[in-house]
This record gives sequence, structure tokens and C-alpha cells, in this order.
Amino acid sequence: MAVVVKIPAQLRTLTGGEGETEVEGASVGEVLEALYERYDGLRDRITEDGELRRFVNIYARGEDIRFGDGLDTPVSDGDEVTILPAVAGG
Amino acid sequence: MPADALKCKECGQTYELEASYVCEECFGPLEVSYDYSGLGDAAELKRKIQAGPPSIWRYSDFLPFDRRPQTALDAGLTPLIRSRRLADRLGVGEVYVKNDAANPTHSFKDRVVSVAVAKAKELDYEVIACASTGNLANAVAAHAAAAGLESYVFVPADLEEQKILATGVYGTNLVTVRGNYDDVNRLCTELSAEHPWAFVNVNLRPYYSQGSKTLGFEVAEQLGFELPDRVVCPVASGSLFTQIAKGFEEWIELGLLQGDLPAFNGAQASGCSPVARAFHDGHEACRPVRPDTIAKSLAIGNPADGVFALDLARRSGGSIDAVSDEEIVEGIKLLAETTGIFTETAGGVTTAVLKKLADRGDIGPEERVVLVITGEGLKTLDAVRDIVEKYEVDADAGSFAETVPVAAGQVA
Repeated sequence: MAVVVKIPAQLRTLTGGEGETEVEGASVGEVLEALYERYDGLRDRITEDGELRRFVNIYARGEDIRFGDGLDTPVSDGDEVTILPAVAGG
Repeated sequence: MPADALKCKECGQTYELEASYVCEECFGPLEVSYDYSGLGDAAELKRKIQAGPPSIWRYSDFLPFDRRPQTALDAGLTPLIRSRRLADRLGVGEVYVKNDAANPTHSFKDRVVSVAVAKAKELDYEVIACASTGNLANAVAAHAAAAGLESYVFVPADLEEQKILATGVYGTNLVTVRGNYDDVNRLCTELSAEHPWAFVNVNLRPYYSQGSKTLGFEVAEQLGFELPDRVVCPVASGSLFTQIAKGFEEWIELGLLQGDLPAFNGAQASGCSPVARAFHDGHEACRPVRPDTIAKSLAIGNPADGVFALDLARRSGGSIDAVSDEEIVEGIKLLAETTGIFTETAGGVTTAVLKKLADRGDIGPEERVVLVITGEGLKTLDAVRDIVEKYEVDADAGSFAETVPVAAGQVA
């Protein structure tokens, strides 16, 4: 078992079209690091100067990680991490 | 057409005018960029606007279309009413109420949906969809019905009954989601990648948001092509707030308006005030919150245009303020009693913030203030259920005399 990561359409050119993948990691930050290892160019797309870009939203188990501990938010086997662009409401 | 590209608001990267909304380089939001250089001089533009149809399409030169769209349900040209009674009550100079409840589905959302649906048809979409706090749901269902398009409308399951019924009646696929608006929005962002649908506020967002500019154009035209000194406007996602300013700025650039951008004051409910909080804490970004307010149409805890709303409030000398649920109800009452306009909770928020600014002494005595009322009171009746007083009498004059205090009014 591992953490399931959902990839938004805008990043699928980097993942060979895959919309979902599995990686190991005990926190959201570790999960993202594992993703950066796997997919060239991904780090620069969603981070800048080591920080998440401001229009990138990350959810762990459906909850915005800014409600948790940010990149330190813990995750475990079977959890889902979702990367999505921030979209204003209506 | 003056619209020439989609441009990233963060990094400036440009894209074709298609159904996309996110910069592939930096994830920033895309907006329509224009080259107005071939549009003609101000006097000619003014004549063309004034000769246009009585709807938002009189401004189609400033919208992303080759030719003026034909729509089945026209939005816009809502009243701008000067209220001396409200100005006197607040002790400020001039107050104009822009009553956008006077749209086909009774909110400003008819503007943005008109533009998005016209663009969806141009791009050959057959299905229209949206994530909504209610008013957008009403508008999408109605405009899709009028255009003969299928629609899917996603709303939080705990929405006001009036807004749910006033959506379902148009024959849409109404999906109530167990969660708050931000959950609905996340679901729709995911679904937009899986279905070839025009989500008006996701993949068509750059076009959709252009509809809000027309509210700014209208206010300026109705003031005789003049700018107000101050605009008080609700902030949910921050899109309407910032696009009204965009409309003013475009017309200033084109020479249709003279002067500086008005002060922009944003209005939020205390129970969902991520932008007001960031404003007062001096932050550049908004920290998301979990909404808990009666102003459900403004209950967006994670507003993606929040950073732009903060920037606008600061550079225009305005602010973003928040008011309690109690003040919201008082705001609804104040507007109704002084202007005869019954607004929904969002308008209560805006009116209450106007009062707060007046009480705080932020508004100069000579100022001309525009209060943006975005929606209709009949959609949020629960908000006023406890404040309405009535006298119940038997059907005879004696019972009336015993029960009802009689005013000393005389025929003059």
C-alpha cells in the first residue's frame, strides 16, 4: 500500500497522461518529494523558491492542507493526496 | 475582436482564446487580454454604446466576442437609484444603489452566465455546468434552459430552499453535494478534467468573469460617463469586486472616463472573512476558513481572487471589512426601509459595511458612493423571519382600533 496522488489535467503532460499514481511518504511534503523524483519538471511547475506556488491547492483526504500542518500534514497508506489549481468561486 | 489572448495574471504567459483557465507554467489564473487600439475614439465609442441594445450586449466591444452575441435571456441595464433617505440616515453625501437583483434570475450572476453561455456556444459545448453557492445555480439553469442546452448544477446540500427550488424548476440536473461550497468547487474542478462540459466558473472562468465588468460599465454610463468616488461591493471569490474596477480602468484608458479609480471597499460576513482578515492583518495572501454565516452566497472560505481583491482595496485607498450575522439582518432592514429594495443576505452584508464605513468616518461629506446590491431578498427569507412584526385582528373596525396603533397621518 502507498499514498494515492491525483494529478490535475494541467500536469498530465509531465506524467505521460496519468491522472493518478501511487508513491510512498509519511507526510504531504514527502509524498510531493517522491513525485518530483518520479516526474521531471514537476517541482518547478508547482513550487517556486522551495514554496508551493500560491495558486496551487493540495488536499490530503479531501481537506486543504492549510487546515492541517501544511506540508507536514501526516498521511498514511491508502490516503489520497489531490493537487488542484485554485479556482475562484461563484 | 479586441480580445487577443488568454494571459496569465501571475507570469504573463499567453494562450489561445480557448476553454482553459490555468497557466501551465505557474498555475496562475488566466484572464482575457485585449488590444483596444483599433476601437475608435471615445466620442465614437460612446455613441455606439448608447445606440446599443438595453442589455450587457451594448458593451460587447469590450467583451471577448467577434460579433455581438444573441442570447435568449438578456441580462443587465439594472437600475442605479439615488437614495437621499439612505444617505441622510448614514450622514453621507450621495448614495446610489445599483440594484442588480433586477436581472432575469434576480442576481448579478446573469451577467457572467450570459457571457459564459454565449462563449460556450461559440466553442460548441453542448453541456453547461457550474459549482455554485445558489445565485449562479439559478442563472446557469435558466440560461441553459433558454438556450436549449443541457446543464449540471452543483450546490452545497444545505443551501436555502428558495435557491434550490428556483434552480430545479428550470429542468437542470441539480446535484446537491454533502459539503460546503469549497468542497463543491473542488469536486467540480476535478470533474471538469473528466467531462467535456463548459463549467462556467471553472474552465470558462476567464470569459465568465468578463461579465462582471459590465456592472462597472453600467454604473459609469448611468452616472453620465462619470466615476463615483467610492464603490462598496460584496466579496466572495473577489471576482466581481476586482472586475468592476477592471471595467473602470479599461474605460479610463480608452478616454471614456476621466479621473482616478474610486476607493473600493469590499464587504464580507464575519463568519467567512478570509479576505477582510488578511486585509486587516496586513497579509498578501488569504488563509482559508470554514464558513459559518447566514450569508451563504458569500460563503467561500478559499477565495482564489482574494489576493487581487486585497491588492485593489489597498491601491485604491479602500478596505475590506466584515460584519456579523446580526449586522447583516440590520443591513437588509436598513436598505428596505430607506430605499424600498429588499435584498438577500449578501446585500445585507454590503449595506452593513457601508454603515460601518459611515460610522467610522471613512466617507467624506461630498462623496458619491455606489452600493452594489447583488441579489434578491425573496431568495433568503429565513434571514428576516424573526424581525418582521405584524398585527393580527378580527375583520372588524373595533378589533383594529384596539390592536393597531394609528398614525396621525393627514391628507395634506
